[in-house]
Amino acid sequence: MIEVKNVVKEYNGFKVLDNISLKINKGMVTSFIGPNGAGKSTLLSIISRLIDRDGGEVYIDGKEIRDWDSGELARKISILKQFNHINIRLTVRELVSFGRFPYSQGRLTKEDWQKVDEAIRYMKLEDIQHKYLDNLSGGQKQRAFIAMVIAQDTEYILLDEPLNNLDIKHSVDIMKTLRRLANELGKTIIIVIHDINFASCYSDYIVVLNNGRIAEEGRVDEILREEVLENIYELKFSIQNIGNNRICVYY
Amino acid sequence: MKGHYLLIALIVLSLISLFIGVKEVSIKGVINLEYDELRILLLSRIPRLLSIIVAGMGISISGLIMQSITQNKFVSPTTAGTIDSAKLGILVSLIAYSNSSTIIKMLISFVFALGGSFLFLGILKKVKHRGAVIIPLVGIMLGSVVDSITTFFAYRNDMIQNITAWLQGDFSMIIKGRYELLYVTIPFVILAFLYANRFTLAGMGEDISTNLGLNYNRIVGIGLVIVSIISASVVITVGRIPFLGLIIPNIISIYRGDNLNTNIVPTILMGSSFLLFCDILGRLIIYPYEIPISLTVGVLGSIIFLYLLFRGNR
Amino acid sequence: MMNVKSKLYILLIAFIVLVMLFLIIGLNSYNWKYALSRRIPKIMAIILIGSSISFSSTLFQTITNNRILTPSVLGLDSLYMFIQTFIVFVFGSMKMAYLGKNFNFLVSVILMVLFSVIIFLMLFKKKNNIFFLLLFGMVFGTLFQSLTSFMQVLIDPNEFLVIQNRSFVSFNNINMDLLWIAIIGVFLTAIYIFRHIGSLDVMSLGRDNAISLGVNYDVQVKRVLIVVAVLVSISTALVGPITFLGLLVINISREFIKTYKHKYLIPGSMLIGSIILVGGQLIAERIMKFETPIGVVINFLGGIYFIYLILREGKAI
Repeated sequence: MIEVKNVVKEYNGFKVLDNISLKINKGMVTSFIGPNGAGKSTLLSIISRLIDRDGGEVYIDGKEIRDWDSGELARKISILKQFNHINIRLTVRELVSFGRFPYSQGRLTKEDWQKVDEAIRYMKLEDIQHKYLDNLSGGQKQRAFIAMVIAQDTEYILLDEPLNNLDIKHSVDIMKTLRRLANELGKTIIIVIHDINFASCYSDYIVVLNNGRIAEEGRVDEILREEVLENIYELKFSIQNIGNNRICVYY
Repeated sequence: MKGHYLLIALIVLSLISLFIGVKEVSIKGVINLEYDELRILLLSRIPRLLSIIVAGMGISISGLIMQSITQNKFVSPTTAGTIDSAKLGILVSLIAYSNSSTIIKMLISFVFALGGSFLFLGILKKVKHRGAVIIPLVGIMLGSVVDSITTFFAYRNDMIQNITAWLQGDFSMIIKGRYELLYVTIPFVILAFLYANRFTLAGMGEDISTNLGLNYNRIVGIGLVIVSIISASVVITVGRIPFLGLIIPNIISIYRGDNLNTNIVPTILMGSSFLLFCDILGRLIIYPYEIPISLTVGVLGSIIFLYLLFRGNR
Repeated sequence: MMNVKSKLYILLIAFIVLVMLFLIIGLNSYNWKYALSRRIPKIMAIILIGSSISFSSTLFQTITNNRILTPSVLGLDSLYMFIQTFIVFVFGSMKMAYLGKNFNFLVSVILMVLFSVIIFLMLFKKKNNIFFLLLFGMVFGTLFQSLTSFMQVLIDPNEFLVIQNRSFVSFNNINMDLLWIAIIGVFLTAIYIFRHIGSLDVMSLGRDNAISLGVNYDVQVKRVLIVVAVLVSISTALVGPITFLGLLVINISREFIKTYKHKYLIPGSMLIGSIILVGGQLIAERIMKFETPIGVVINFLGGIYFIYLILREGKAI
């Protein structure tokens, strides 16, 4: 379990995160939603130790992140941020193989390569696995990075706006894959996501951040209510039940 | 970093600059149209002021453009390799045309600088698809090849100290007849303003700019030409002035973000005010002698910029 | 196209051939003892420095993620020239000769390393910020350069010749004592960083991904910077401002070897660096007969070769 206790983050006197306390449940897909600048990406970065908080603690499986050895933590939790610009020339396969670094420090065993192949299959990248990243579209690159995170095979997977740059088909594919990872492999997924309908259809739990605080949190059916969302986004919402899902219309 | 403060600073500093110097020039004298004082004003003070402002604006805007089109914060106008070609031109004019007037020597250097720029652009044309990162690399490499040629001949002819002296930033030699090459810069500064929008887009990458209908290669080419011509004319006329092309755009970007459109004016204002400030100080500290501007800029600039960087690091 | 390992073998062979040429050409039964006694230390210095500079430049580019940067942006060679010019300016070249090379070497290395440590500490107090470090280094570099230029213009032309000699890299008068100190220094630094070399590839993915994959990115950056500062200081104090070699070597290495894997890139660049220096010295000595500084030869031929490589690549698309 991931537990966030009273986390505070300030930039230039401005509180980006103001006393955040949260428990992330295992085996579920949790979405962080909220307006721009709400602090979602910052929170994700703090949980995954990419940046340091100014106050509070974060516990992963009972141990505070400062007490974790970074290499061990890399086998527990992985994060993919929004912007991934790399300067070196890599093929898809080479990139995905980096995901095995926490286990084999660059010297991959047969088992590692199996995991790499699995990840490539999960993300349907077999056809382009030997192509260079700079020859791929934005969406293909994104899928390759997600495959790398999958190859890292961690219990907790954090993704910051993974659907940016993806077309509808691939967005749906990714969300379905994340769903599978949670359902079949019991992974705990946290995603920061803009599209509230994707959050609605594919997550179990939603945390709404606004102005550095948690405005609401709860199961999908609790949060996906017109009053709740109108309050947060300051827009008129109309929520329809389509199939099994709650779909928001706010255009 | 606000535009208005910088503008006020520039105007005030300009006025101060006109009235400092060894020969007496006073406000009363100018108003009464005293012949001697007006003569000094016209022959020396005003040209000097103009060249400082033009040089300050030109180099800082060149740095801004360079950083934008190469998408790299660590380049300066020297990365276009033009300065090295100008240096070769200076060597040639010192050796082969040593009896010609200064302005002729300057023109010869300028021709060399232009030649270097064309060579640079020609090479870039052939390596189009490598992304923005290749631009400064080619510039640096080409510059160092040209520089090695210059050093080779300078070493043999014992001219290294001479060239170093020429390239020392110095405004004290600016009098009518020795600085007019600088005027070449002005139309290009204006051009830079007109193209600012397009440079910003080019700075976002080839894909985005092409997507928005821009001829990426042409814009990069135009930008490099502007940078080359401005930096060549300043270096040949005034010498090398540090910081303007690299650090000032970076400071502006740290405090104001990366929007070239809104940054152009503060950049050129900061460039010229800073240069003017250093020049005035250089003329006052050991009055009636002068500290060359490259030294004042180097020392003063370091202190100011280290402080600004330190503050901006929070 | 050849694979990476074959390219490394080619480089190794070229290296050995050049070293042999350097040692053997012009030897005859009369002079061989004397010639070798001069050539062997020289080639040791060349290989040592070529490898150090290449090694540190490669590492530096990995942590800065910027292909046009080399350790020169840290301002170290400007500082070196400032120290040399200052000594001559204030004390005169006679005093400098009197103080001796060893003293000069030690003072230079100590000041350069001290300077690096100070700016690292200043900037890395709260968090690592490479961007600011580089800008800081560039500002300091410019400061030293301005002061140096100013002194150089004022200096008596005869004195200036002494400084001018310092500003050109030269392997012609290496002191054996200094060489041993340098070898030890380089060896210690290599050991310090060796254990952590594996994470360099991952660091090429950028800070966020590297941390996510378990690399202690910030600590590693500090480690690399210290190693770079020490290696560059030792090399510069030994032969003069040589960081320009780094840009040439790393870019030729990338174009030629075409790999991101440091386990090939590092040895490859060290070989290329040594080849360039040995080749350059051969040309400067035997063909140009010492009349041209080796830096001029290297910049000219190296720059042209690099431009050739990228033009060739351009056509291949």
